[in-house]
This record gives sequence, structure tokens and C-alpha cells, in this order.
Amino acid sequence: MSLAQRAWAIRRNALLMGEVQGQGYIGQALGVADVLAVSYFHAMRLRADEPEWERRDRFYLSIGHYAIALYAALIEVGILPEDEIATYGMDDSRLPMSGMAAYTPGMEITGGSLGHGLGIAVGAALGLKRKNNPAFVYNLLSDGELGEGSTWEAVMSATQWKLDNLIAIVDFNNQQADGPSRAALAQGAEVPKWEAFGWFAQEVDGNDLTAVVAAFDAAKTHPNPCPRVIICNTKMCHGISFLETREKTHFIRVEADEWAKALAEHEEKKPL
Amino acid sequence: MSIPPHSRRKSKYTPRSRASGADAVRTSAMIASLDAEGRETITAPFGHALVDLAKTRADIIGLSADLSKYTDLHIFAQAYPERFYQMGMAEGLLMSAAAGLAREGFTPFATTYAVFAARRAYDFIAMAIAEENLPVKIVCALPGLTTGYGPSHQATEDMAIMRAMPNMVVIDPCDAVDVAQATRAIADYNGPTYMRLLRGQVANVLGAYDYGFELGRAKMLREGADVLIISSGIMTMRALDAAQVLEQDGIGVAVLHSPTIKPLDQDTILAEAQKNGRLVVVAENHSITGGLGDAVAKTLMTHDVFVPLRQIGLPDEFLDAGALPSLHDQYGITVERIAEQLRRWVDQ
Repeated sequence: MSLAQRAWAIRRNALLMGEVQGQGYIGQALGVADVLAVSYFHAMRLRADEPEWERRDRFYLSIGHYAIALYAALIEVGILPEDEIATYGMDDSRLPMSGMAAYTPGMEITGGSLGHGLGIAVGAALGLKRKNNPAFVYNLLSDGELGEGSTWEAVMSATQWKLDNLIAIVDFNNQQADGPSRAALAQGAEVPKWEAFGWFAQEVDGNDLTAVVAAFDAAKTHPNPCPRVIICNTKMCHGISFLETREKTHFIRVEADEWAKALAEHEEKKPL
Repeated sequence: MSIPPHSRRKSKYTPRSRASGADAVRTSAMIASLDAEGRETITAPFGHALVDLAKTRADIIGLSADLSKYTDLHIFAQAYPERFYQMGMAEGLLMSAAAGLAREGFTPFATTYAVFAARRAYDFIAMAIAEENLPVKIVCALPGLTTGYGPSHQATEDMAIMRAMPNMVVIDPCDAVDVAQATRAIADYNGPTYMRLLRGQVANVLGAYDYGFELGRAKMLREGADVLIISSGIMTMRALDAAQVLEQDGIGVAVLHSPTIKPLDQDTILAEAQKNGRLVVVAENHSITGGLGDAVAKTLMTHDVFVPLRQIGLPDEFLDAGALPSLHDQYGITVERIAEQLRRWVDQ
């Protein structure tokens, strides 16, 4: 299957979960689906039947509210069974609204309190080096999370320890809870900022699969002993036209009848 | 609505007349040796215990946030430079990175001062370490009132904060024997722990007793018919000394040392509190809010044990700066002040 087909399937899984609860961070899931498709079906080494395989690449989701997106990807990978979509956010489900390690196979860390993931990733990357384990640690952050001071503690530390096995991915959709991230603390010059901290930094259109693939390849093969970051500019609700044009909000309101409408539009866009 | 004028905290405290000039007691900054007071001491018991452990356990590693020398972790760093991580002055990172290393199978000992772990790094300890029940060992110097530097460095409420965290084991050791044995015990425990650290030249008190540290266990160090002191940390050595003073007055003081604050040894505490109709006194180097005193009180009340209960501890205030001996006297945690207080309570 092509990456476009994988990304399409991740969006479908996310829409189906959103429909189950009648709500959710669907805007983020639709926006980041391409990045997840490239992560799980191009960049990362993993075994679907052995989610804790010692040599797997680790994927740390800082942003717990993106759980719906990661579940959608883990279902497509085969780590989670598709029939659990119907349990999303329900009592006793393995798919709670916010991502937590104890609940879900493939969910490596407990996210939700932002600014933790990159620091944990620094520790894991140090641990992997201690064990001579060649795995990478990926950490998916959000633009709003760049406002947390602890993120920058980890940014400095990753350079200090020359963590070339650490790849940060920033989903930059310019939306945080109270409005545009650019109007808060993420005011721009992302690449020069990370470069100044000693990182190999790239900025790409996160909804352009070809560009994302190239950026991940470059991040993995960059020769210098430094950590790597990919700033992925993504569009909230990407692919569902009537949601894309909706007034931008962090928590997209979708009316009960609109889930079917969104799924119908998505079905029409199924890649061959 | 009128807004009352801002008032600085302070001060119920009226300075006593104190010696000045050459006789003045100087402010202790980051004291290296607490309470040796002529006793036999052991150097850096935590650092040496960790080095011993590391000989047989490759999973033991050390991290600090720019305070290795002040937490005796430098001993470990010198012995095992490849197993020591200097994380810089970044306590959130210290705890998160320790969590990441624990995820990869290591047993990280993360050190800083108690104030910085308990106050600044709380969310990181809670969500990156405790929520996932990871075996990170947080070891923190300057517990309670062990520096005269002022509230920025006086961890008077750290045990209250850490007790409230699910999964967290909280330990307040008394002396060098306790520190060394507790270090081994927490390394063997498969979960998160918070231990208050005594560093530098640390008194050896418990070596004279038939004592061994056991996680979750309180131990009787001394029997006595009139008062039962339940204590932790350095207050246990003070309690033992106060008990000797009162023995000369014919007052029998028993001392139950409870270095594990959580999980509390409820069985032993309940059994001892019900013996002999003694006055029960909890003594701790911590705020009277949220520490061992509250834990003991709750244990007694919820088990229908209604005995006279008193607390010796630090007031629920930001404490003063000054010389440590003066401050201990001011706040009533010297041997003399404890003995005086016990005498008053017994006489009542």
C-alpha cells in the first residue's frame, strides 16, 4: 500500500472514533495523519506482533490529546485491532481520550501534561546508547508545547549529550487552546531557533507526503552527532473541506450528522 | 471592596539576645555535616552505599541537576564516570530523563535539593515517573530545617507533597546507618521512591542499637513507660537524646523510629500507641502540616485509637534564616527544647 493509502486509512480510523464519541481532537488527527503515515510506514522499525520488541524505534506522544490520531495509526499498523474503534473513550476501553502508557499497546508514554515528552525522550535516548541499541526515539510535540520551559531544558540536554538517535517532530498547526500559537509564545523562526540550540532542523509542509518522507530520511541519515527536529506545518482538519474552512479552533465542533458527511467526503478521496 | 495593604510575612519572631562578635553563631549556608555534635560520623554514606551497589548491579546509574557534590553523588560519579549524567540546572529534565532511563531498564538515582524536587519538579515526578510506577530513586539533600539559608532551600513541606503522590514511597532516614541501608532497600524496590538525604559527615547513631532499616517498617529503639515518641529523620536522634535527659528526671520515654513515612507501618504504630496509656508524641523535621504527625494522627483516628497526641515539628510558616543551632532552638527541635516540652506535657 502507498503512504497516501495509509494516511487515508489513518484519517478514516480517526473519523470513525470521533463518530463514536461525537467529539474529539479530530482536527489535529486529520492534520497529522500524513506525518504518522510516514513515521509508521516509512521511517520506523517496528514489529506489529511484538509492540515491545527491544530494537523497535520508540515513538513518544507528548501530546496526549492526539491519542485519537495515534490509535488510528496503531490500528492501521496492526498493533491495535480495528474492532476496538467502537470502544474509543468508553468505560473499560484500551483507548482512553488521552494517551496513557498503561492502557494501550504501542502507546509508549503517558502524555497529556505538555513539556514532558522530550525530556523523557532524552533519557530513553541516553539509555539506548548505554545498551548499544541502534533504535531511534521519536517524540511528537505540538507547537503549543514549545511554550513549556521544560521542552527547552530537553532541547539543550539533547545537544549536550549528542543525541543523534533522537528525532523530534513538531506538529505545527498554529492552533492551541486559546488561539493561534503564533500569537502566544511560538512566534516564528523555528528552524533558526533549534539550529541555535545545536539541532539539525528542517521545516516542511507536513501534509506533503513526498516532502515529509525526504525530511525523515534526512533526519535519520544526517551525519553530524546532534539531535534532529522536523517542524511539520500542518493544516487542521486536512482533507475534509467543510471542516478545513470552519472557524479554526483547537477543539473542533462537529455536529452529529456531520460525521457521516465527513466520512462520505473522505470515502470519495480514497487513493487508488 | 477594599484591598488590605500588603503585609510582609513576619514576624512572630523576636530575636533573642545572642552572642555577637567572635562568639556569634554564624549562618550555615549549605551545611555539610549536620548534628555530628561530637558523635562518631561516617562520610558520605549515600555515595559509598551507591558505589557498593553499583559493583554488582549494572543497572544502577546516577543523575544530578548541578548538585552532585552537594548530594554525595560525586562519590559515585568518581567511581563510575560512565554511569553518571550531569543534567545541568534543570530539575524537570532531571526527572523526565530519569524516567526515560528507567523505561530502558535502568535504575536511576536522581539527586537534587529537596525543595527543588518537591516544589519545582512535582508534575514531572508525578506524570513521568509515579503515574507509570517507574523505579526512579529520588534522593534529596537539605530536608526540613537543615540549612539556615532561608525558605528557598528549607524543605519544610517536602514529605507532605510527596506523601500525596500515588505510588511514591517516602523515606526520612535518621543517620548514616539508616541512609546506607535505605539506599540498598530502595534500589531493591521496584517502584518510585523519594528519600531525604543526610550528606557529608553524617552521625552514626543507630549503629549502637539492634537496628536494621526495612522498607515500610518502624522499629522500637528504646522502651519507656510515660511517653512514646514516634519520630523520623534527625528527630529520632534528638528524641533518643531527650529520652536520656528525661530518664534522669524519672520520666520514661520510648522511641519508635519510623523512617518510612509512606507506606506507614500502621500495625506497629497502632500496637505501640495502645500500650501503657502513654502520651504519644510525633517528632519530625518537617512542617506540622502533612508529614508524619498527620499520618500518625489519621492512622490512630481511623482505627478508633483515641490517645493523647502531641506534635513536635516545624511551624506552618516560611522559616527564618540564620545559624542552624539558633534556628533549631527557636523552633523547638533541639534536645533541650524537646526535653522541656515533654516535661511540660507530662506534668500537665
